Amino acid sequence: MLSVIYAILFWAAAVILVAGLGLRIARYARTPAPLKIPTTPAPMTRSGVVLRMAREIVFFESLFKSNKWIWLFGWTFHMGMWLVLIRHIRYFTHDIPGWLALAQPFGTYAGFAMLAGLLGLWARRFLVERIRYISGPSDHLMLALLVAISGSGLMMRFVVHTDIVAVKVFMLGLLRLRIETLPTEPILLVHLGCVAILMIVFPISKLMHAPAVFFSPTRNQVDNPREQRHLAPWAAKLEQ
Amino acid sequence: MAAPETVIPELEHALDVPCLRPGAMEGLQPFVAKPEHNEPLGFPGELVPDWKEKALEKMAELADKNRGFRVYLDMCVKCGACTDKCHYFIGTGDPKNMPVARQDLLRSVYRRYFTFAGKYFPWLVGARDLTEDVLYEWYSYYHQCSQCRRCSVFCPYGIDTAEITMAARDILAHVGIGQKYSNEIIGKVYKIGNNLGLPEPALANTLEGLEEDIEEETGVTVRLPLDEKGADILLVTPSADFFAEPHVDGLMGYAKVFHEAGVSWTISSYASEAANFGMFIGNYENMRQISLRIRKAAQDLGVKRIIFGECGHAWRVAYSFLNTLAGPFDFLDQNYPVPQHILDFTWGEIQKGTLKLDKSRNDHINLTYHDSCNVARASRIGDYPGSQFEIPRNVIRAVCNNYHDMDRDTTHESTLCCGGGGGLLTDDLTDLRIKGAAPRMTAMQKLTEEHGTTHLAAICAICKSQFTKVLPKYGYEMDAILSVHQLVSNAVILTGQETQEDAGEPAEAAQAP
Repeated sequence: MLSVIYAILFWAAAVILVAGLGLRIARYARTPAPLKIPTTPAPMTRSGVVLRMAREIVFFESLFKSNKWIWLFGWTFHMGMWLVLIRHIRYFTHDIPGWLALAQPFGTYAGFAMLAGLLGLWARRFLVERIRYISGPSDHLMLALLVAISGSGLMMRFVVHTDIVAVKVFMLGLLRLRIETLPTEPILLVHLGCVAILMIVFPISKLMHAPAVFFSPTRNQVDNPREQRHLAPWAAKLEQ
Repeated sequence: MAAPETVIPELEHALDVPCLRPGAMEGLQPFVAKPEHNEPLGFPGELVPDWKEKALEKMAELADKNRGFRVYLDMCVKCGACTDKCHYFIGTGDPKNMPVARQDLLRSVYRRYFTFAGKYFPWLVGARDLTEDVLYEWYSYYHQCSQCRRCSVFCPYGIDTAEITMAARDILAHVGIGQKYSNEIIGKVYKIGNNLGLPEPALANTLEGLEEDIEEETGVTVRLPLDEKGADILLVTPSADFFAEPHVDGLMGYAKVFHEAGVSWTISSYASEAANFGMFIGNYENMRQISLRIRKAAQDLGVKRIIFGECGHAWRVAYSFLNTLAGPFDFLDQNYPVPQHILDFTWGEIQKGTLKLDKSRNDHINLTYHDSCNVARASRIGDYPGSQFEIPRNVIRAVCNNYHDMDRDTTHESTLCCGGGGGLLTDDLTDLRIKGAAPRMTAMQKLTEEHGTTHLAAICAICKSQFTKVLPKYGYEMDAILSVHQLVSNAVILTGQETQEDAGEPAEAAQAP
């Protein structure tokens, strides 16, 4: 019964995540940027823009300039999360390639970095007056969700082990649209339940910052307004 | 109505983070435009009865037309990186002047009506209904933003509060709540051709007067041509350059540079204004109408090039938007940048060696330079990124011996707004302007302690007017603000000009025993 509920939950979450993301991204892509507004100095070539964006995505360059504490916690959390996500690929692939095996210990300990980063960010929401002022219930809930996910994950890895072989069978089953038996340890159910919630809220929450950053005109535009005329389709109509 | 005396913020450092003072600037608002200011711009005269529907309609329209507006409303994670970056927040402590909080004033309404979370769980995501109070809260706090974009430099996603401010002002104007200062000025541009409402005969008279001034000072005839067909260069400059101090000294500087460079140039009485307040009110159509005047003037006069005078937001519109709004400029000489910045021109002439400069003529000045926000963060001057910082400094160093930069975290792309940009340069916002200038003034005061800095140079008409007003509040003379081309004007020795050395030495020799 529990297996059925979780299977349906994950299928639904996956559909909502993919469809929701797809719709939102299509919307961003469809909306024109009527004016050239890169924050200057900005690169004068497309490849320069790719490099600028890469520095933002990989190193959080602007955040580093802005605030070292937020950068430290935010960067630690995000990079830890990437390693943890990579490690989790093992649950969705039958054979484990060499690089994935190699990534396992890194992914394991990155879980601590992820959790530490999250707790640092959360602490700032209470301790720093300015950030307390701008924090709403959803900001706290999002952190609570991520802390619950990483905390329960670490618990299963280091304290109350779960039958990960069975979990893998369940997950591989989901990919083949089959419902296998999911172990029933409460901590696993919490972990997976929170992940499903995260997937569902992703397209309707501030988590959209991840795809949206690629559409930010201040960061993704080339500095060449004098050389190349930039005109939105709706603005072109004004000229007729 | 006597306003209470502004308490000058005392900052130990330019970027001191204040304690939050909720409500500190609540209710402050510039005068609301009257019907006669709104209607010529295509806006309703006063608050329309169905303002709520109209406002939401406009918000939806902007989200469909402007990618920046849409993604910026969606993507903020409330990390707090921007919270201490706004000069108005540093100067006032009002938490609604933190960039993210300023955005949230509108984002909260956007969420309520246009997002799933806000429609069904408003309390969770801080969504709120649009009420008349909210409209006037917008009017107040979106006129406490100078659209300087300092926050966007520091945001990990580049969220640009200026885009939100512009959208909010556009929405307000569409329901009939316009800002008197900006709208009245735009009306004058449409009617007369410039922000000041200076008609052609007065302008001609002014330019003649300036020619006389230069001749009196130097003994050389330097022309300031108006509406001369067939001139090579159209100079478009903020109309403040025609009469305000220190702007007008800058204009005489351009004239001297053009004279020495031997180029033919002209000012247009039809497009006698570089400023484009259409940007301040966030309205594309008005910004476009104003820009088209420049295109028409260039075509009517048959010029080959367009050069812009010293003005910050005007240069943003010129550099970043003009090609979009009024292009293509294929009828101009493509061997030159379209448009070109006056400092780019002057620096080119200095490098060519056409200008004879005597730096010692500025020795009474101990200078620093204020990077104007729109030039620094929203444009470029030369042909490489960052030239907007280097070219003005190169010119300054070529004409002035005593120069020091303020702290790096208050200059270049991190420069602090003068406190008067973005349509806030009006007497009804003096209190805010003085407080918003505190970070910049504190950075300058530090330099004065360290190096004895006496003067501040800028390349923006608004900065110059703003500093004239606020410098005295921070212990400087009101004329401590200079145009960069004023320094050029001081240092340049015109061909055929008699210098004091030429005139002075024989007299001394005669006195010698």
